[in-house]
Amino acid sequence: MEMLKTDGITMQFGGLTAVKDFNLVLNKGEIVALIGPNGAGKTTAFNMITGVYIPTKGKIYYKGKDITQMAPHNITKLGIARTFQNIRLFKDLSVLDNVLIANHLHIKSNLFEALLRLSKYKNEDKKMLKKSLDLLEIVGLLDVKNEKSSSLPYGMQRRLEIARAGGRNPEVLLREEAAGGMEPKETEDLREFIKQIRDDFDLTIFMIEHHMQVVMGISERIYVFDYGITIAHGNPNEIQNNQRVIEAYLGVDDNA
Amino acid sequence: MKKRDYYLTVISLILLVIFLYFADRYMDAYIVRILNLCAIYTVLGLSMNLINGFTGLFSLGHAGFMAIGAYTTAILTLSVNAKAQNFFLEPIAAPLANVVLPFFPSLLLAGILAALAGFLIGAPALRLKGDYLAIATLGFAEIIRVIFTNTQNITNGALGLKGIPAYTNLWWSYGIAAFTVLFMVLLINSSYGRAFKAIREDEIAAESMGINLFKHKVMSFTIGAFFAGIGGGLLGNLLGTIDPAMFKFTLTFNILLIIVLGGMGSISGTVISAFVVTISQEALRFLDQPMDLGFIVIPGVAGMRMVVFSILLMLVVLFYRHGLMGTNEFSWDRLINILSFKKPLLKGGKK
Repeated sequence: MEMLKTDGITMQFGGLTAVKDFNLVLNKGEIVALIGPNGAGKTTAFNMITGVYIPTKGKIYYKGKDITQMAPHNITKLGIARTFQNIRLFKDLSVLDNVLIANHLHIKSNLFEALLRLSKYKNEDKKMLKKSLDLLEIVGLLDVKNEKSSSLPYGMQRRLEIARAGGRNPEVLLREEAAGGMEPKETEDLREFIKQIRDDFDLTIFMIEHHMQVVMGISERIYVFDYGITIAHGNPNEIQNNQRVIEAYLGVDDNA
Repeated sequence: MKKRDYYLTVISLILLVIFLYFADRYMDAYIVRILNLCAIYTVLGLSMNLINGFTGLFSLGHAGFMAIGAYTTAILTLSVNAKAQNFFLEPIAAPLANVVLPFFPSLLLAGILAALAGFLIGAPALRLKGDYLAIATLGFAEIIRVIFTNTQNITNGALGLKGIPAYTNLWWSYGIAAFTVLFMVLLINSSYGRAFKAIREDEIAAESMGINLFKHKVMSFTIGAFFAGIGGGLLGNLLGTIDPAMFKFTLTFNILLIIVLGGMGSISGTVISAFVVTISQEALRFLDQPMDLGFIVIPGVAGMRMVVFSILLMLVVLFYRHGLMGTNEFSWDRLINILSFKKPLLKGGKK
């Protein structure tokens, strides 16, 4: 089943075309990666899908529904969650609060029902708490639930962000990973972790990832960006042997 | 809540009521007035802290909401005769001349009108961020003041209103302060309160959590304006006289001082700081008098207190940015630890 589809989306900032004619198709349950050199327009593509930017041209469909003009919080409500390159936790709040906040969008009680702690709100609150604790257990952060989120080490913050994304009951997760050094063990852990959350949360994952071992190891399909243009699309094997991709990453050999 | 904490809370509330009863009967008017001001500033501080401290919206429009509240209650509670006396330049607009309401509905209406103004100004202004929002809300407060100075047949213009019935007593002010504290505690610890804090921490992340930024900002702003209006109403009926010049930026600054000293994002910090600031503003009155230090004589400078307070604010912002409580709240455990000079338990420590 087609979860997410973009139809030639283009983003122009003044004279600069950050992304040009991007056609994406995400099928249910897939893990798809978006790669490309720095400044290739990957984050811009994410920002268009999540509604932060409205594309200059083109349409975005989620399960066949046109979401091109929708506000970010409404897109989130439909089931597209996003994690950020620079994590963006709610730093001063506890680990548990971070996950609880991600559940707020499911609250149906209005402000007064919440203030008076009517049974409708209390039930929702209880459900929300249970779900948040479950999520923390899945990502292995239950023991630190009362710690300030900024006090966690980097790896745990990443896990917390995934738990937070899970709170929104997403069907599609847009996952953005920062470039940074990782040990082979960590790469292996990350691969396992991504597969695990895909299965645990029944997700379709679209990710920006810089670690080629991770990308090649778990993606079913890969899109490659260079200067906002999709220069290649295919399975890991095809991408690894694609001449244009190699040029984009390694540069053109002048002597050839 | 632990049983011990429950008893301690009940006992301190009973003590407070006994103290208020005693103060109401036997203390002189000057002290009762300061006590009233403490409670009113608690209400005002909490309302501003909701907007600035919990939701992270840098708003400076508080004096405007207070003016709306103070004028509403004043006009509604003034007797028909007093109104005729006040409005000698130009008679009061017809429908208002004969309307006299009891204190409570007047206060409620004051809050509602201030909230309405908050909603109307908030809807466009809350699309702005940071400094721009501060400037827009500051402008709003000034506009209200100028309007009130010029609507002679409604507010009596620059002459102000005199002889407002002194309905505000300790029971009203502390009752409403207690209600406000309770309201804020329930609000902040609800899912909506968490959403406010999320907006304060990171707007972009909050939005991607599915939080409707605009709706929650307007909500917080309107609730804050509501309580500011009620606080303004209490203040007007305590002082007995109001005029537009009262609601200048200094008034907003005083409340800002309270919430910064107490800790942006702490309910108990605001309560403590409202008392400390209000009482010390009276206690430091001697600073405005001429002083003979033996070797040097300082002539009396009116406003010397405010200089001291401004310096205090600068010191807090420079060296102790989180204020008295930061974003923490009062707990009996903490108080008992402080009182018994015990070091607080390390995080994760077992008792």
